[in-house]
Amino acid sequence: MTWVLANLPLLGQYTLAHLTQAVPAIIATFLLAVPAARLARLSRPVRSLLVTGSSLLYAIPSLALFIVLPLIIGTGVRDTLNVIVALTLYGLALMVPAAVEALESVDRGPLAAATAMGMGIERRFLTVELPLAGPALLAGLRVVTVSTISLTTVGAVLGVRSLGFLFTDGFQRGLWSEVLSGLVLTVALALILDLLVVAVGRLLMPWTRRRRPSNTGGETEEAAA
Amino acid sequence: MTNLLAALAYIADPANWSGSLGIAHLLTEHVIYSLLGVVIAAAVGVPLGWAVGHSGRGRDAVAAFSGAARALPTLGLVTVLGLWLGIGLTAPLLAFAVLALPSVLAGAYAGVESADRLAVDAARASGMTELQVLARVEVPLGAPLLVGGLRAAVLQVIATATLAAYTGAGGLGRLMFLGLKTQDYPMMLASALLVIALALVSDIVFLPLQRLAVPAGSRPRKDT
Repeated sequence: MTWVLANLPLLGQYTLAHLTQAVPAIIATFLLAVPAARLARLSRPVRSLLVTGSSLLYAIPSLALFIVLPLIIGTGVRDTLNVIVALTLYGLALMVPAAVEALESVDRGPLAAATAMGMGIERRFLTVELPLAGPALLAGLRVVTVSTISLTTVGAVLGVRSLGFLFTDGFQRGLWSEVLSGLVLTVALALILDLLVVAVGRLLMPWTRRRRPSNTGGETEEAAA
Repeated sequence: MTNLLAALAYIADPANWSGSLGIAHLLTEHVIYSLLGVVIAAAVGVPLGWAVGHSGRGRDAVAAFSGAARALPTLGLVTVLGLWLGIGLTAPLLAFAVLALPSVLAGAYAGVESADRLAVDAARASGMTELQVLARVEVPLGAPLLVGGLRAAVLQVIATATLAAYTGAGGLGRLMFLGLKTQDYPMMLASALLVIALALVSDIVFLPLQRLAVPAGSRPRKDT
């Protein structure tokens, strides 16, 4: 505890660095996965290519990806950009299959109704299909958020500053409190961001907010009747 | 590109395959440690998963544990266990087992739970005891999902075993950290490529296993 109190500015600095690596990766993952999933819906070969490709991507060890990536994108191993791209690739490995499933799970009825009402394909996607797939997309994004925060620590092995630095530094110096505070902070950060994603989801999808209470309310009313 | 060629040359050079830091030794170590970790996880996770799947009790606890395990950073776990148990084999093995546990548990539990309720009821109605229902109906029907869980666990541990070398465990990670310390990029890259290859090979090995795990009776009949 004394170690934590004495190093509060350092912890803040690492947390901030952690966020600047993880948050862009999480956002990029979402922004790339949804169009990719939409592409996958258009044709079978593209679908199998994307889904198999992302599961292969997940087979690559994180540390190995951090090292191999600079070869392809021409960054330094320790560049923030290298970390962000690596994390985004891992995020996509999880998010693309989830997004494909989310879009596939959408009820065909409303889509046919939208078409019958004269909606164009673009407008139908944005105003009907995407909102209906929303809750399933959110579930995928939550998994991505938690695993990205946890994965960001791996960069520390290569000398990238993040909360993971507390593990490597603490291990080398034999400081229990440093390693443990890194562990606690990482898990806490993952949980906080997860809650944040859920909150944003509720804000953007008000109907999911209302559905549950009214459902249970309906049931109790029925039971009372 | 030159680095990639240098890395491939490193792997191709027979001189780099022998000795205590040779690829052959490290590769074997990597495979053995990974398998040991998954075996330990399976020894704990499979019976527990079956029990949870059969009784339906403790389902929330399993879900909460899996969620927490995902948030737990591997590197943090490896270093904490390394500090606690010292440099040696126990710490990394324990870390592998903890990391493999959620996948194994989920596979065992989801498999048993996904068994056709009609078949389970029929087994119970024909006088099987609960243990027989589990062993003769639910476990065989859930086998494909269990193998799927084991596959995910092995993959995860092979990838993680690289990080475990940070606290002194063996395996291909040693090469990676040695390259990192000596700024030998081709060496790091060679070790990364070997780990990726190992992960892909293990995934390919599991493909027929997963097909074999489907019990004969539950395969879709060809004559219909």
